[in-house]
Amino acid sequence: MEPLILGAHTFTSRLLTGTGRFSSLARTTEALSASGSELCTLAVRRIDLNETASSALLEALPAGMKVLPNTAGCMTAQEALRVARLAREALETDLVKLEILADPLTLYPNNAETVRCAQLLIDDGFTVLPYCGDDPVVCRELAAIGCAAVMPLAAPIGSGLGVVNPHVLRLIIDQVHVPVIVDAGLGSPMDACQAMELGAAAVLVNTAIAAADDPVAMARAFGLAVEAGYLAAQAGRIPKRAYATASSPIEGVVGA
Amino acid sequence: MLLKVNGRVLEAADGCTVTQLLDQLHVTGTVAVERNGALVRRDDQGTTVLGPDDAVEIVHFVGGG
Repeated sequence: MEPLILGAHTFTSRLLTGTGRFSSLARTTEALSASGSELCTLAVRRIDLNETASSALLEALPAGMKVLPNTAGCMTAQEALRVARLAREALETDLVKLEILADPLTLYPNNAETVRCAQLLIDDGFTVLPYCGDDPVVCRELAAIGCAAVMPLAAPIGSGLGVVNPHVLRLIIDQVHVPVIVDAGLGSPMDACQAMELGAAAVLVNTAIAAADDPVAMARAFGLAVEAGYLAAQAGRIPKRAYATASSPIEGVVGA
Repeated sequence: MLLKVNGRVLEAADGCTVTQLLDQLHVTGTVAVERNGALVRRDDQGTTVLGPDDAVEIVHFVGGG
């Protein structure tokens, strides 16, 4: 596979993983290792003053894993900017997954605030990967202002519905000149494979791995599916036809 | 003096620095700190003196997507 390039960062794997909702840190480590992922998301939260703060999650990440702090929970550009700067200071990375939500029911992104904040972050030197709606116009705008990738949703976060609108995803991939990372809503490796076959540069998966009965096996399955989908996209699939075409010769059939 | 740390009122020694506050709270991991809404650079934590009623935010990293 060609490397995935995000700003100044290069990755072999095209599977980005989330670290939320795992049953234990040990499971997180095992699943992330099995996935082959080289970039995982983290959330920024207040420390609990009643407990000893720890870097347990950071220490549990597989060797070589790079981190992508997110701005999850932010509802405005100013909040997201604050969180991104805190994360950069602590983690010494310019990467940020910009996530500004519009409401708690759908967890859909607030696209207007996302574009506004992306500009502020880019001006401040961040490599910005914005979670956004599956809207070609918004994705084009985010790419035009200098985002290193766009991350349109496949379906609502955690829904497992898969790529609900493959046609519009194809439009985004055709029209945007930066990597398109399909984020949110993928439910199974089939969905990841579909996104990759449509031409996505990568996918980000969290709940579908973390909440699977066997997260480690599912993580490996997602890794394989992403690779399969990428190879298939490079290979060029056959066109769909309404009727059959024989794959064995029509001539020389016995007894004809 | 009293400080507001992560939304909670706490007692800290007058003239306490950010580093001393982190020690008082037994914070050792990878964290970032804000004072009154402004980021405190890691290199400045030892020299940033907190004042009465300062609002301090201390964050770390947890699982997320």
